[in-house]
Amino acid sequence: MSKLGSLGARLHRGEISYDFVGKRKIWYGVSILITITAILGLAVRGLNWGIEFQGGAVFTTPTHMSTSVATAEGYAKDASGHEAVVQKLGNGSLRIQIAGIETDKSDQIRQTLAKDLNINPEKLNADLVGPSWGEQIANKAWEGLAIFMVLVVIYLAIAFEWRMAIAALVALIHDITITTGIYALVGFEVTPGTVIGLLTILGYSLYDTVVVFDSLKEQTKDITKQTRFTYSDIANQSINGTLVRSINTTVVALLPVAGLLFIGGGFLGAGTLNDISLSLFVGLAAGAYSSIFIATPLVADLKEREPAMKALRKRVLAKRAQAAAGEDLVEARTTAGDDPSDAAPAVVGPRNQPASRSRGRGRPSGKRR
Amino acid sequence: MAAPKKGRSASAQSKPGRSLALILIAIVALAGGMFASGNTTPRLGIDLAGGTSITLKAKADQGSAINKANMDTAVDIMNRRVNGLGVSEAEVQTQGNDHIIVNIPKGTNSKEAQQQVGTTAKLYFRPVLASEPSGAAAPSPSPSASSSGSGSPSPSSSASGNQKASSSSSASPTATATSQGRAVTDGLKADATPSSSGSPSGSPSPSGSSSPSPSASSSGAGAEAGKLQAQYAALNCTKPDQRAKAGTNAKPGEPTVACGEINKVWYKYVLGPAAVDGTEVKKAQAVFDTQGASGWQVQMTFTSSGSKKFGDITGQLAKNQTPQNEFGIVLDGQVVSSPFVQNAITGGQAEISGRFTQQEAQSLANMLSYGALPLSFKEDTVTTVTAALGGEQLHAGLLAGAIGLALVVIYLIAYYRGLSIVAMASLLVSAILTYVIMSLLGPAIHFALNLPAVCGAIVAIGITADSFIVYFERIRDEIREGRSLRPAVERAWPRARRTILVSDFVSFLAAAVLFIVTVGKVQGFAFTLGLTTVLDVVVVFFFTKPLMTLLARRAFFANGHKWSGLDPKSLGAKPPLRRTRRPAGPAAGSVDPKEA
Repeated sequence: MSKLGSLGARLHRGEISYDFVGKRKIWYGVSILITITAILGLAVRGLNWGIEFQGGAVFTTPTHMSTSVATAEGYAKDASGHEAVVQKLGNGSLRIQIAGIETDKSDQIRQTLAKDLNINPEKLNADLVGPSWGEQIANKAWEGLAIFMVLVVIYLAIAFEWRMAIAALVALIHDITITTGIYALVGFEVTPGTVIGLLTILGYSLYDTVVVFDSLKEQTKDITKQTRFTYSDIANQSINGTLVRSINTTVVALLPVAGLLFIGGGFLGAGTLNDISLSLFVGLAAGAYSSIFIATPLVADLKEREPAMKALRKRVLAKRAQAAAGEDLVEARTTAGDDPSDAAPAVVGPRNQPASRSRGRGRPSGKRR
Repeated sequence: MAAPKKGRSASAQSKPGRSLALILIAIVALAGGMFASGNTTPRLGIDLAGGTSITLKAKADQGSAINKANMDTAVDIMNRRVNGLGVSEAEVQTQGNDHIIVNIPKGTNSKEAQQQVGTTAKLYFRPVLASEPSGAAAPSPSPSASSSGSGSPSPSSSASGNQKASSSSSASPTATATSQGRAVTDGLKADATPSSSGSPSGSPSPSGSSSPSPSASSSGAGAEAGKLQAQYAALNCTKPDQRAKAGTNAKPGEPTVACGEINKVWYKYVLGPAAVDGTEVKKAQAVFDTQGASGWQVQMTFTSSGSKKFGDITGQLAKNQTPQNEFGIVLDGQVVSSPFVQNAITGGQAEISGRFTQQEAQSLANMLSYGALPLSFKEDTVTTVTAALGGEQLHAGLLAGAIGLALVVIYLIAYYRGLSIVAMASLLVSAILTYVIMSLLGPAIHFALNLPAVCGAIVAIGITADSFIVYFERIRDEIREGRSLRPAVERAWPRARRTILVSDFVSFLAAAVLFIVTVGKVQGFAFTLGLTTVLDVVVVFFFTKPLMTLLARRAFFANGHKWSGLDPKSLGAKPPLRRTRRPAGPAAGSVDPKEA
């Protein structure tokens, strides 16, 4: 563990860091590829909606069936090729609900089921059921999502700035697209559980992004008062600084879900548990990934277009060029607008360290901004 | 030591014991409440525990056809009635062309649910023309209903020529529904247009005027009155079959007879045409009347047009004498209450009181809020159903979740060592709080847990863990800066606090918006999300932080024991800064942009 601890320390001090922002093009590319795959999956295979959304067929057996619920589930699945919901009623008859069956197919399934269950097909009552998750619920859910997105963009624009709000929204849409796309590709049935899972992700993805943005905002507060780092540099340091937290959080959130998905699913094969945990697992992973690889670099991208940031970049580059030209690197405590070239040499003599590893000194202990 | 920044007061920090005690007391109180009320487990949804399934068959009424549109509307309305907050996990769906299945989870009151879904909830406000206790021998009204010709088309307030009914069983006149056993004649007399003869003038023409007054409708007063009177005389409200027939099929524009039960006594009424109907009710809620003695009542808010109509009718009624100053609130043909009016009610608000129990008031309010069903239904079958998923899914889910949590604990111990005590204690507190509150919400608002919610709760634990991971990492960063523990703990807090609040606010915003806008299961999800978010903040503020403050005073942590998780050496802290050359070591200087 102490390895991780000191890793955290070194990340904190920026001794080791991964250049997230600099390599952003690669990660954008990866994301675009996954997103395109997801959209293709959605377009080609489509989502497999469960009975709650599209209705289906319901078969009611005569009373006092000896067949167990689990067995009947198996029969129904074999006969229809869909997931089935089987419930035993008070009088001992079975209610078997199967999603998405046209009327012509329902007859055939009825015959097969009756044969499996050892009953007269005439006695197996077949009927169509409507969706319990009707259009109204769906429409209201969309409406709620739209309102929420507008509000959250406004809130983030006020709490942080509009660039971060845009980036957070892009990351959010990215996560949801990927999750639904994977659903389409895997072909799992979409149940209310899935939708709830997606909504959970929506909250979590934003939450994660906001934590990273918060540290970014704090670190870039006085950015124009120095000439050592460009905005992108600091954004990068900020990601690296919160990396340990991001990893820990993701591990803590993913472990139980992974347990549900792999252990729970392994015990039982496919089932509702799998539907829910798959959407959660993919979504949480995507959410953690996008907050680091997509959202923050995107903010840096947008920020670097600001005139102030452009000017800063110029100054920083000029300074670095100067340093590279073999001059002593001095610690610049210049305020914005100062000419950095005339900064007084530092108290302590030059150090044989690469310019990139320059460090500050001589500050009164504990005085931090 | 660093001077505290911006003079952060140590008020919150100085009394960590107090807030710890506070939250522990809260937990004990809630848990005590839970055990006392006997609801020691959260209610489970149909997918996990099964429940009751009610099958309803649509009845072909006159006026509305059984078609898909009407059935879908009915499904929506029923869904909102049984699942007002979206947390009760009830499911409503059509089956075939004319059936609706309603599934309610175990543990909810299925009787109440049956009433709620099966009731059509057509609501009318009708002026009372006459009323008397039923079952008692009805007074024989004078047959000269029509020849009275009181002459004033508007209801006269002079009750001079009124016969007192022989068997006047007057309730106390101050009760909301007084009943002077008065003959119908009087009621209708005031109502009758001054047609001199009793000759029926053909079909009654309900007036379509916007302010229906009791006098507006029965032009064929004589015949109509006669018919009504005969009905009224014959009506015996103590007989259920007569009761059921009495008010149903009444057209809103015509007077009718109806029954109603006030204080355990059945009364029968003659009611004028509907002045306001239920579609004009915008919102209804059950409230407890703290001033009066009427107990639970239902408060209604009318739409703007409803307010106007209601103001008009009450203004007119206020001028009348009992019982003609009463209006009957008629639900599905039965009078649920008949309050009397003292002056015009123009605020667009009205109350129905009638010695309701809390549950009655709530379900009535609920029905009025969501409107009337387009069709009437009768119950076909009521049967129990087993869990839709089978119990093994829940067991597997809980087991898998437990294994996952065990892995989390192992990870936390490995990474945070001593600090993981704080982490685990916080997780435990938040798990206990969540469990207890969910158990208590079962009876309070029919809250039921389904499998997705169980999974969501497991993820929510991850989100809770995030809060203190943010805090821990902050503390460790401070230590890396070379601070000793106690100041590190205090300095890390304000920053961690801000991060936690901002990100939790986003979650809470999502929960609030979805809860307000959506219906059904999405709303239930929003509720759960909001609950866990609030708990997250509560636990971090009142438990994690104070506990951290307390532990920071312990030597084990303060001196950075190797196993405390706060060992400056293993965290790679810089030695305290001095203006001297540092020994060359692996720890290079900080490039801390914050310093720049």
